[in-house]
Amino acid sequence: MSQILFTLFSLFTVVCAVGVVASKNAVNGAMCLLLCLAGVAGLFVQLHAYLLAFLLLLVYAGAVVALFLFIIMLLDTQGGRAWRFQGLQLAAALVGLGLLLAGLNLLAVRGRLPAPVPVVSAGAPLKNYAYQLFTTYLLPVQVIGFLLLIAMLGVIVLSKRFDAKGEA
Amino acid sequence: MHPSLESYVLLSALLFVIGFFGVLLRSNTLVIYMSLELMLVAATLALVAFSQYNGTIDGDVFVFFILTVAAAEVAVGLAIIVALFRRKQTILVSDLDSLKN
Repeated sequence: MSQILFTLFSLFTVVCAVGVVASKNAVNGAMCLLLCLAGVAGLFVQLHAYLLAFLLLLVYAGAVVALFLFIIMLLDTQGGRAWRFQGLQLAAALVGLGLLLAGLNLLAVRGRLPAPVPVVSAGAPLKNYAYQLFTTYLLPVQVIGFLLLIAMLGVIVLSKRFDAKGEA
Repeated sequence: MHPSLESYVLLSALLFVIGFFGVLLRSNTLVIYMSLELMLVAATLALVAFSQYNGTIDGDVFVFFILTVAAAEVAVGLAIIVALFRRKQTILVSDLDSLKN
């Protein structure tokens, strides 16, 4: 059962990811991104990471994709070449493909990942997250808070119009 | 029967590479940005899978931070794109070459 669900979700996710990259219209791409994130959230649920699945839907599918759609509508970009198959990009893509194939080959041939702990737990309770966040990861939490503050200030400065004298 | 860890890693690598090709081969800055998000999500998927299969919670907590950083990054990046569009009236990467030469 869980194998079938995994196959379904992963197929859905990959198809939508290809849709993000390949769609000519940016709005369609954003919609595909939304579906792809929903698929990944489903996979998170299968991995018993319920909180992360919820956060992924809330933050990514809710806020980030909405922001993307907003900006796409605002800029209204049409025309121009959608793809760029030039020398350097193509070479880099081929190198990336080669690296992926090499990695997959390694994984298939001798990549016995350490025998996993069987997934039987019903997911980490919320309390464990909170405990980790407030003990081991206290400093990263503070740093992330500052990062968000700086990002907010940066966005305000970037989107304000300044005249020649530098006045807002 | 549960899917193996290998299959999750494989799926994560596949998603990452799809996003990678999007970043390399598309010319619309917004689509490139969406492909970047795809790569981030692929990395989070691998983290969650490893964390679950090893019985720890550290990977999950790390995904928290990745989500936060991604949200901040999207906000700043889109603001930069809008500022760029205001100035140059284009968001195609082939036209954004003022730093060249």
